[in-house]
Amino acid sequence: MGAFTMPTLGADMTEGTLVEWLVQPGAPVHKGDVIAVVDTAKSAIEVECFESGTVTRLLVEPGMSVPVGTPLALIDTVEPAQPQQEGPVREEPAALDGAGAAAVAAQLSIALPPPTPIAPAPPPAAPTAPMPPPTAPPGISPIVRHLAEEKGIDLTRLTGSGRLGRITRADVAHAAAPHRLRITPYARRLAAELGVDAAALHGTGTQGAVRAADVRAAAAVSQLPAPALAPAAVPSATPAPTRTTAQDRALAMRLAIGALMSRSKREIPHYYLSTTIDLGRTLEWMREHNRRVPVTERLVPAALLLKAAAMAAREVPQLNGFWLQDRFVPADGVQLGVAVSLRGGGLIAPALHDADEMALPELMAALKDLVERARAGRLRSSETTDPTLTVTNLGDQGVDAVYGVIYPPQVALVGFGKIIERPCAVDGLLGVRPCVTATLSADHRASDGAVGARYLAAVDRLLRKPEEL
Amino acid sequence: MNQQEALDQVRRALTKVVPDADFASFGPRDKLRDVLDLDSLDFLRFVEALAADTGVSIDEDDYPHLATLAGSAEFLVQKSAR
Repeated sequence: MGAFTMPTLGADMTEGTLVEWLVQPGAPVHKGDVIAVVDTAKSAIEVECFESGTVTRLLVEPGMSVPVGTPLALIDTVEPAQPQQEGPVREEPAALDGAGAAAVAAQLSIALPPPTPIAPAPPPAAPTAPMPPPTAPPGISPIVRHLAEEKGIDLTRLTGSGRLGRITRADVAHAAAPHRLRITPYARRLAAELGVDAAALHGTGTQGAVRAADVRAAAAVSQLPAPALAPAAVPSATPAPTRTTAQDRALAMRLAIGALMSRSKREIPHYYLSTTIDLGRTLEWMREHNRRVPVTERLVPAALLLKAAAMAAREVPQLNGFWLQDRFVPADGVQLGVAVSLRGGGLIAPALHDADEMALPELMAALKDLVERARAGRLRSSETTDPTLTVTNLGDQGVDAVYGVIYPPQVALVGFGKIIERPCAVDGLLGVRPCVTATLSADHRASDGAVGARYLAAVDRLLRKPEEL
Repeated sequence: MNQQEALDQVRRALTKVVPDADFASFGPRDKLRDVLDLDSLDFLRFVEALAADTGVSIDEDDYPHLATLAGSAEFLVQKSAR
């Protein structure tokens, strides 16, 4: 039996609000399934399960805010091999799954409010409660029994979510309405926007949950016969009452960013380096590539910059990892955090997983997908927990160079400015070339300037051979 | 495609990228990148949507024509006339 706890979805998170369960008690889950949606100060995030098994009980109801580490649900793990996890459910090391070092790091380094033993919801079950409730469920209230009779529900087949496994009215109500639509929040919004009846869709997500892709597919089909159907005046479709929550979120986001960045500047002795890189060959190569491929496969310079940054991180591993308890812990792979500015203001830096190993077209597709989902508020928990090195690219905003603030517990941040035509010496002549200023902010506890210099030199060298990226 | 149809197509493509775009708030010759806060990925999505919806092929060399609402519409009219 394991506890599914409120995860740390980024180093700046101390608590989260459960928005929605995408599973019900009794549902089988697999490691990596999205089973809940959690709202943080920055964004709604789809939280993946880190164990396989069966959901036995949901401990926290939608709408509740709880500190990181609070058990949200109990999961009966399939493997009978590890049955002895008695005692308090919190604090198991496996809590955050493969996100590994980063997640642990984030957890360690956050001043964790002592995970309330007074879990706000139903208190964590009696430790030794037998798993499946026996055929005669204990103490069912007359009201519940009556409700069950009315709805024709067999009480012996329900798993109770109340105290000591008691069956509550909510359990009966759930069972009575088994066809409650399973749909992700984003898909629901999309369905409303596109005028798709989500209830009529066949979901392809976990347990038939309707996903955004299903909605889009349905919308595409329904538009086929009558393409003129979509009126030009779509914008007004979004309802207004989200305004205050948007403002709240903006405020909460400023607070979260402020807390993390203050900590970074307080604790991390930053040093800064910069170098200007000639992108003439790189961009020529990219244009040539883009001429050959359909528009959907075109690259943008940011993809090349990110790839070079990731490959250089592999070459100079001293900058790829975490500062934990007074020492540097190198990361296994390169999970490249990409700073994405959000349309309502603020930013979030989810990870492009194994960016150093992806081929450019693959990285480009992953980047588009990641940015789109970051802005739509449907990032996966694994993406927000484990960047090992972050890149910020303010080139599109028109600045020449950006000297960033490191995201603790990471030890470096790479910045790219605007690609700009500059006069420079080329083969002994003065030429005008597109150039970019690459910068590095690094943690002086973890590395010295020589290491940082090697990193930027590697980025430069890699960008000059775009065909090898 | 006439000018008005082209303009509608441009607006529709932009709405896919910036769902809450307010077209009344800027002029036809304002730079889209500035007024709609488009980054390079947004711009690429706009080009993708425009190409997919209209069937007009858009090369990278054409991007400068797509800097504004009016420019984009004129570009579409010209391209579709050929």
